[in-house]
Amino acid sequence: MEVKLSVRRYDPESTNTVPHFQEYQLEMDEAATVLDALIQIREDVDGTLSLRCSCRSAICGSCAMRVNGEAGLACNTKVIDALPSDGTAIVIEPAGNLPVIKDLVVDFQPFWDQVKSIEPWLQPAGEEPEGEYLAPDEDMLHLAGVVSCILCGACVSDCTVLEVDSNFLGPAALAKAYRFVGDPRDDADGKRLKALNEEGGVWDCTRCMKCVEVCPKGVAPMDRIMSLREKVMDAGHTNTNGARHATAFVDSVRHSGWLDELKLPIKSFGIFNLKAMISLIPLAIRSQRAGKVPPLIHKNIPEVENVRRIFDKVENKK
Amino acid sequence: MYDHDVLIIGAGLAGMRAALAATEAGVDVAVVSKVHPVRSHSNAAQGGINAALTDRGDDWRDHAYDTIKGSDFLGDQDAIEIMCREAGDEVIAMEHMGAIFNRDEEGRLGTRNFGGQRQARTFFVADFTGQALLHVLYEQIVKAGALVYEEWFVLSLIERDGECGGVVMMDIRTGKIEVVRAKAVIMAAGGLGRVFEPSTNAMICTGDGMSLAYKAGASLMDMEMVQYHPTTLKGSGVLISEAARGEGAYLLNSENDRFMLKYAPEFKELASRDVVSRCEQTEINEGRGIDGCVLLDVRHLGEKYISERLSQIRELAMDFANVDMAKEPVPIMPGMHYQMGGVKANVDGETGVPGLYAAGEVACVSVHGGNRLGANSLLDTLVFGRRSGVHAAERAKNTSHLSIDDSAAKPDRENIERLLLNDKNESFGKIRFDMGTAMKEHFGVFRENSSMAEGISKLSLIKERAQSVYVADKTNTFNTNLLFTLELGFMIECAETIASSAFDRTESRGAHTRTDMPDRDDENWLKHIVVSDKDGKPNISYQDVVITDWTPTVRQY
Repeated sequence: MEVKLSVRRYDPESTNTVPHFQEYQLEMDEAATVLDALIQIREDVDGTLSLRCSCRSAICGSCAMRVNGEAGLACNTKVIDALPSDGTAIVIEPAGNLPVIKDLVVDFQPFWDQVKSIEPWLQPAGEEPEGEYLAPDEDMLHLAGVVSCILCGACVSDCTVLEVDSNFLGPAALAKAYRFVGDPRDDADGKRLKALNEEGGVWDCTRCMKCVEVCPKGVAPMDRIMSLREKVMDAGHTNTNGARHATAFVDSVRHSGWLDELKLPIKSFGIFNLKAMISLIPLAIRSQRAGKVPPLIHKNIPEVENVRRIFDKVENKK
Repeated sequence: MYDHDVLIIGAGLAGMRAALAATEAGVDVAVVSKVHPVRSHSNAAQGGINAALTDRGDDWRDHAYDTIKGSDFLGDQDAIEIMCREAGDEVIAMEHMGAIFNRDEEGRLGTRNFGGQRQARTFFVADFTGQALLHVLYEQIVKAGALVYEEWFVLSLIERDGECGGVVMMDIRTGKIEVVRAKAVIMAAGGLGRVFEPSTNAMICTGDGMSLAYKAGASLMDMEMVQYHPTTLKGSGVLISEAARGEGAYLLNSENDRFMLKYAPEFKELASRDVVSRCEQTEINEGRGIDGCVLLDVRHLGEKYISERLSQIRELAMDFANVDMAKEPVPIMPGMHYQMGGVKANVDGETGVPGLYAAGEVACVSVHGGNRLGANSLLDTLVFGRRSGVHAAERAKNTSHLSIDDSAAKPDRENIERLLLNDKNESFGKIRFDMGTAMKEHFGVFRENSSMAEGISKLSLIKERAQSVYVADKTNTFNTNLLFTLELGFMIECAETIASSAFDRTESRGAHTRTDMPDRDDENWLKHIVVSDKDGKPNISYQDVVITDWTPTVRQY
């Protein structure tokens, strides 16, 4: 079948260093992947195209890039699935949120720095046993879901927080952190959770789900971040904006059956946090103008006791 | 110019295991790899790692015998003994470092069955054991603070008066060429799968290490022994782990017949890989295949079991063949997978060139002989990676740098300049493809004298054409076009040594099956073929197989 690809090109050594799109027309097999198409370009059409790729079977993590605006592995994305229905070209771009070195090759250094910052190695306490550590199979099977992360960077590419906050540890590093916190053999939970509670840690995620959507290995980084939040609070780290925000959320719904949006920022930042309170004023004014200020008197919903019963049930289950 | 005590080429399992061992020995260590460590091809090992743990009622001697029989008695028994004796410690060490491994009911490491073995002694992490171990070793490298030259490409080894004293390498990102002096260099650059087309191997497996060592004076051994894996996906050639058969999968022909029952009544689908691949190819050649394939059937294992233990290959079959293994059988065929041969090394990694060590797939110790057992390759990388690291560190403590300066890079600089100025019009992709298909046709599952001769003459034409490769990219930044051209040179060199070794072995043994000489000939061929470079041509010599306790017998499964 005939395939059109529009590939974002960038050559730092060229006189024209502005990135631009180049179109290629290829004849591809129905079973071909986007990577097959890129390799065909590189081998038969245009040897100057640079990209990283290696295993061709979604295990090495080299070929994460954006296909039609969304991150994924070129090697397990089929051309036929990526072809736009209107006959236009498949758009290929480098992974996002990382500096481009050339064409589809990005600088992964910020990514590795994030991974390294969570102390990504097992830290057991006490003497090593002579044989293996004993650990339940279910725990290991559960961890297998995270250990199967191939560090391809697709989640980081499309993370909406990293787009505006380069200080955020990012979904891949946080999933990796979960892998150790969730490991029964690791005894550094206290230290790890304390660090993850800091700015740039678990509370900076906005739960947009993008990382879960684009992950080619089903790691679901956001779900791991949410589990980490629970563990952070269980470990007693409740005095951060994020933790207070979560607590205020729960308290409000338990109390009245719905969210008291007026109290939420006050409880999250703390009423005596004058700087934060003042910073909220412009937002309050904008909300007022847009007619989006919540009612000043927050009333209980009818039959709020049913909501409370749900809370009781969930808490007893825990 | 940089100086290191020990420089390791390759950051897969063998390289990183060596790096850890050398770091622990207290010397200055650096690793150089053309890809980031976690992109290495050790990732692709799916099924597991073998070890005979005595507290599981197993015995390393049984593992050794299965390995020797698997090798078709070409493996060196002294080396195999060492690998099997040290296996348990390596597996436990990996567990202590953080590898998760599947467990039994008591929370101890669990095992699964694997081909050619009478005991379930394969320890595993679902069906991505290699990836799981590779990432754990990377974690340990980060912890140890070892220096890694990430995305640097080694152009040549520096040899002075028969000794290896460092390397010339290029920073892929900038094109900068540097000389690195090292008191010991450990070659751990992996295999050469891309010499064949198709292959299960990653695109980075281009025989760099074998070729670099060969040109620096080291010998290559058992190069004719190329493993065809019995289960690679139709079309793409993507690997489907032996774990599928380990967990109980059937192989069926077009008549819905479990044909392995007839060829290997005892081991059935779990006979050794060379045997199963040959049987499949025979079924296909005799008209009982389906479109050049046979079928792998796991449906009877049940969806839950499949998704727990074979999740990745189920996904692969869906992604690359549109088949849900839980619902229908998958079409598979034998596919080039592993090079048993490699840089001739002893059990401490020494290659015969002082200062140069080798471990992992790039090396030939020889523990795999004519055919490697599944799940012995991860073991090979760890045991001999560690031993090489220890011994290279020892050498580094007792020796000083050779007198080498920046001029050592001159030949490589000139070569690259020549390649970039070349105005001919051959494309590296086309040449590689032609070489790969020629290798498959003439040096695949079945071989024969006149066909191999034809293959050899095709290779010499290919070598000629490779002189005229046009490098379109003239830049210094991430010039993959230039890298592929350099890799093509490595691959052609490897192909030549495979071809000349295969042509020389006038018997059938292990993966080397000749239709014109179908029998094993112990009287004349209980010996390794050793190839060295003599004025640009492969020069063949022989070395007797080391036999300790196990006399060669008829091999039946």
